[in-house]
Amino acid sequence: MKKGEYTAMKKLTFKRHLAESLKSLKRNGWMSVAAISAVTVTLLLVGVLLSILLNVNKIAHDVENDVQVRVIIDRGTNEKQIKQIKQKLTKIDGVKKIEFSSRSEELKNIIGVYGNDFRLFRGDSNPLYDVYVVDTKSPSQTITVANKAKKIKNVYDARYGGIAAKKLFKVVGTVQRWGAIISILLLFVAVFLISNTIRITILSRKDEIGIMRLVGATNNYIRWPFVLEGAWTGLFGAIIPIVLVDVGYNWAYAVLSKSLESTSYRLLVPGQFLWQIDLLLAVIGIVIGALGAGVSMSKFLKI
Amino acid sequence: MIEFKNVTKKYANDITATDNISVKIKTGEFVYVVGPSGAGKSTFIKMMYREEVPTSGEIKVNKYELENIKSREVPYLRRELGIVFQDFKLLPRLTIFENIAYALQVIEKTPEEVTERVNRVLELVNLVDKKNNFPTELSGGEQQRIAIARAIANQPSILIADEPTGNLDPETAEEIMDILERINQGGTTVVMATHNSYIVNEYKHRVIEINSGRIIRDEEGGVYSNEKANV
Repeated sequence: MKKGEYTAMKKLTFKRHLAESLKSLKRNGWMSVAAISAVTVTLLLVGVLLSILLNVNKIAHDVENDVQVRVIIDRGTNEKQIKQIKQKLTKIDGVKKIEFSSRSEELKNIIGVYGNDFRLFRGDSNPLYDVYVVDTKSPSQTITVANKAKKIKNVYDARYGGIAAKKLFKVVGTVQRWGAIISILLLFVAVFLISNTIRITILSRKDEIGIMRLVGATNNYIRWPFVLEGAWTGLFGAIIPIVLVDVGYNWAYAVLSKSLESTSYRLLVPGQFLWQIDLLLAVIGIVIGALGAGVSMSKFLKI
Repeated sequence: MIEFKNVTKKYANDITATDNISVKIKTGEFVYVVGPSGAGKSTFIKMMYREEVPTSGEIKVNKYELENIKSREVPYLRRELGIVFQDFKLLPRLTIFENIAYALQVIEKTPEEVTERVNRVLELVNLVDKKNNFPTELSGGEQQRIAIARAIANQPSILIADEPTGNLDPETAEEIMDILERINQGGTTVVMATHNSYIVNEYKHRVIEINSGRIIRDEEGGVYSNEKANV
């Protein structure tokens, strides 16, 4: 067979598999509904937990930012003077790291956190200041470092998060750790639940697989439609969780953002983070569905 | 061509299903395999399409030496065989057309070839008008005719039928036999395990009788049983 013909044949076979997998999903009726529902429930849990966890992470990061000293540089300070400020900061006891963040970088950060409305302030209308972000060796040194920094020439102000932040950071750290453990456990549960449900649908079709083998179908030829069907099950099962997580998060964001207004902590902006969660849920569904089907198949394909 | 040389099959529980069987079936022959239940007929038949593997001995089916065949070659062996079962073994989720088409799609025939061949075999078994039905919507006889149509769709050189008339009434069984006869006249080797004495005595062909795992009779144009005429 020529190479071109071979490729055309493989394309035809793949099209057959694709059509076959969708047809089979439809003809399996309630079995498919059961499998898709299992995926839906599991992915909904994963989606909700992941949204919470990523926000905890975000707040943890905000808290971490809070214990830094932000040395705000007067406007109109020239480059040479800015460098001099850095030299003076370096000499302060307890300073670990100094990072310069220009006013345009500051604005970029704000757009990242608060959304695109702040793009209006780009360019000359940017109301922000150039900043030195100073990490101290220990949180307790933030106050002295900030006080000393304030006295440096051309420094407009030096701000730091309170000690309360330290306590909060501890709590957030614990939540993060436990969240990660629960996420991993839940992912295992997802793998187990989804692949098991798909295994049951495949078990019920054991005879069918036997017949396919008897008419001379190769293992790969038998496996592909099942794997694709598993992937469809995962994808369709991800639809409801994606919709619910999107709607739910937008609602939660609107409610919680109001209560967080007075603090320096912010939740992740839905527009920037939800599509990642959506994509992740779809990918988890597809991958676990396809893998679950593939693995469950293999024991019926031994000759 | 099918050739068994000193083939023994023992199961794990030490039951001997076939005991040192040697037999040769030439291309184009029609052979009945008869014997009581549990005699080893099914194992004998299953070893031909490598559903069972012999404990010792050699089996040759066309160009394949089954004692040396690799797992990945088994599908290709089966594509040279058509297999028909007592319980039809149709895919319940597929229509009649799709059931037959499946056997052709696995050997990567183009859609045009598939349609053309499916229609041809459906004409042969006289069931063109049922092609969009599902197997459960058909009678036993009709299902068996579809199973035969599927078995011959890719023009196998050997048709293996394990009790093809076992679930059918005498009239329908005769219809099935007429189809198998026609297929055999087209040059296809037919190996048929059966309990149906009427068929064996009516449609005379070579009879291989198996009992307790051994061939006790191999007779051209033989009857079902030399001892008594079973009904």
